[in-house]
Amino acid sequence: MHFNTIVMETKTQTTTKISQEKTLHISGAEAVVKCLLAEGVDLLYGYPGGAIMPIYDELYKYQDQLQHVLTRHEQGATHSAQGYARVTGKVGVAMATSGPGATNLVTGIADAQIDSTPMVCITGQVGKHLLGTDAFQETDIVGISTPVTKWNYQITEASEIPEVLAKAFYIARSGRPGPVLIDITKNAQFDTFDFEYEKCTSIRSYKAVPDVDEKQLKAAAELINTAKKPLIVFGQGVIIGEAEAEFKALIEKTGIPAAWTILGLSALESKHYLNVGMVGMHGNYGPNKLTNECDLLIAIGMRFDDRVTGDLSRYAKQAKVIHFDIDPAEIDKNVKTDVAVLGNAKETLEKIVPLVNDNSHQSWLQQFRDFDAIEFDKVIKDELYPTKDGITMGEVLKEINQVTKGKAVVVSDVGQHQMFTCRYAEFNQTKSSITSGGLGTMGFALPAAIGAKMGAPEREVIAIIGDGGYQMTIQELGTIFQTKAAVKIVVLNNEFLGMVRQWQQLFFDKRYASTEMTNPDFVTIAKGYHIDAQRVKKRENLTAAIEEMIASKDSYFLEVCVEKENNVFPMIPTGASVSDIRLS
Amino acid sequence: MNTENKSYTISIYTENNLGLLNRVSSIFLKRHINIESLTTSQSEIENVNRFVIVAAMSAHQAYKIVGQLEKQIEVIKAYAHTDEETIYQETALFKVASDSLFDERQIQNIIKESHANIVTVSREFFVIEKTGRRHETEQLYQDLKPYKLMQFVRSGRISVTKEPMNISEMLATY
Repeated sequence: MHFNTIVMETKTQTTTKISQEKTLHISGAEAVVKCLLAEGVDLLYGYPGGAIMPIYDELYKYQDQLQHVLTRHEQGATHSAQGYARVTGKVGVAMATSGPGATNLVTGIADAQIDSTPMVCITGQVGKHLLGTDAFQETDIVGISTPVTKWNYQITEASEIPEVLAKAFYIARSGRPGPVLIDITKNAQFDTFDFEYEKCTSIRSYKAVPDVDEKQLKAAAELINTAKKPLIVFGQGVIIGEAEAEFKALIEKTGIPAAWTILGLSALESKHYLNVGMVGMHGNYGPNKLTNECDLLIAIGMRFDDRVTGDLSRYAKQAKVIHFDIDPAEIDKNVKTDVAVLGNAKETLEKIVPLVNDNSHQSWLQQFRDFDAIEFDKVIKDELYPTKDGITMGEVLKEINQVTKGKAVVVSDVGQHQMFTCRYAEFNQTKSSITSGGLGTMGFALPAAIGAKMGAPEREVIAIIGDGGYQMTIQELGTIFQTKAAVKIVVLNNEFLGMVRQWQQLFFDKRYASTEMTNPDFVTIAKGYHIDAQRVKKRENLTAAIEEMIASKDSYFLEVCVEKENNVFPMIPTGASVSDIRLS
Repeated sequence: MNTENKSYTISIYTENNLGLLNRVSSIFLKRHINIESLTTSQSEIENVNRFVIVAAMSAHQAYKIVGQLEKQIEVIKAYAHTDEETIYQETALFKVASDSLFDERQIQNIIKESHANIVTVSREFFVIEKTGRRHETEQLYQDLKPYKLMQFVRSGRISVTKEPMNISEMLATY
């Protein structure tokens, strides 16, 4: 390609003027801060270092307008920014220096990419004259982050800063959201220029939201109106599109049972009569079984992940498929659709409601209830009301529900406890379940809970974490201590990497290769950070401990020693069909 | 879904931005699809580049690749075409020792019959250029191979489609 220097010109059409300060002559570093303020950022997460020091120097000067939270690792900064973004719907911002600072962001960026989380990461870079010289802390972060970013760009001239950052925020938040990384060389931070900021509202090569095709809407409505056994599977698209009310209007009018993917959790309150539970590998019995019996599958803002579909050649083959999505690349990617409705869920769902008939599918809904009864009998009863001595993860969630009444934000990590949390935690408010779905990033929950608490300080934020994942980002206790973020931390300690152990038990003849953990005294560690903490080993102490934790105005750490070798069921084994879901 | 692999020409209209080549190639890499040839140049529209990539894949993979490419911020439009749907050419250069041109009468016939052009002649070597389909440049390569072929290089495929692309109209709608 002709890699000319004329890169950013003519590409962005801008309309809204934000800054009135037209001829401000400032440094690139100060411009970065002014751009963040113009985008409405009041909080960011990060870690300083050599190549980003000029920007940190400006953050110091602007600290009354823009709060910077020092995490204890750059990965923590990204997950905190993600937690903040997921709970608020706003763009999360993370900042790091060049080299190792930048590479430490990569896991969080990949997580945000696969879970469609709006995030802008800003990294420092060595000076332009040093690029390509293997300078101290130089790394090609633009090259490294390309496959896991929605967009990325390296700024080498101060004058590029306003336009590139405007574009970064627009891209991160618009359409299907995602992470954007902007790498800024040190000279561009020091150099001065005439600053002027205009918000980006369109890019000629990027169509954020596809136009709604009325014909497709009508075709979808016709399929919905003639279906006898329709099933809705909804994902995070309902939450990102803020289409919860429109979604509810659709299901209540049509009487269609609605099941959710892990990222769709909390878009519809847990106790809604049409909420038939979770689909996928550890989802509920009914929706998985009946996926292969429905005559119409309506996917809304979800992407048919392999953990949702199991064996694709035996997934809903009998059904017609309607797919609502904002991303054209998701249509027919994994499951062939009969009708694709492109667009923002809020708009498409609002438009389809008048086209569908009032209906109820009582006998069809009853089939879900019947499967629920079987699942309760075979799985849930023992999980929530155990008769054996050991504490189960499910009963911890049940006790938490009783205190929070479904009002808390629950942040889960990755593994068995995550599946128990998603299966049993109750929600009556959207944007309340935050978990690492697509990437399955252990260590996500603790820093994400910090971001969630800062994004929703008036809400109770509870992190549910396994003993494995907890130790991947345990250093963020320091961030909690320093910022006084009142996060409630529950570690469900089974002294195993439980999900891997479960697979070893079921599929590898109990060869527990490197899954047993000898753990430190977590309570002492929490107390070392001056966080109130206690450990529960016996069932009779569980309720009081949870009540004490929730009653606390400050952060609180609760370790629950749970049964060591419990398994998560139901389960669709890898490669099996959804209807081959096992109860034991 | 059709899983049979065949050769597709993927044409991509893009902004002319640094790093886009990396972003485009990573989409192929992620799916373990080997790029057989890749050419980029300016397109018929000012400041718009065109990639022409040839790779073997199934029809469904080609559909998905196009979807992923178009999703990239700076990609304006992407297409997948089979060989029948495009008009395509490659160029090959052959550097042959000059003495063989005089010693081997057969060479002159080869050049004439292949409709190749002589680009330059010096005391030491001469350079032949041949533009055509792959089998034509390949044939010339086989024919010249016995005659002190000093260097051989073949370009990636360049192609235009039989159907109109209407990129300018599309850009106007953004």
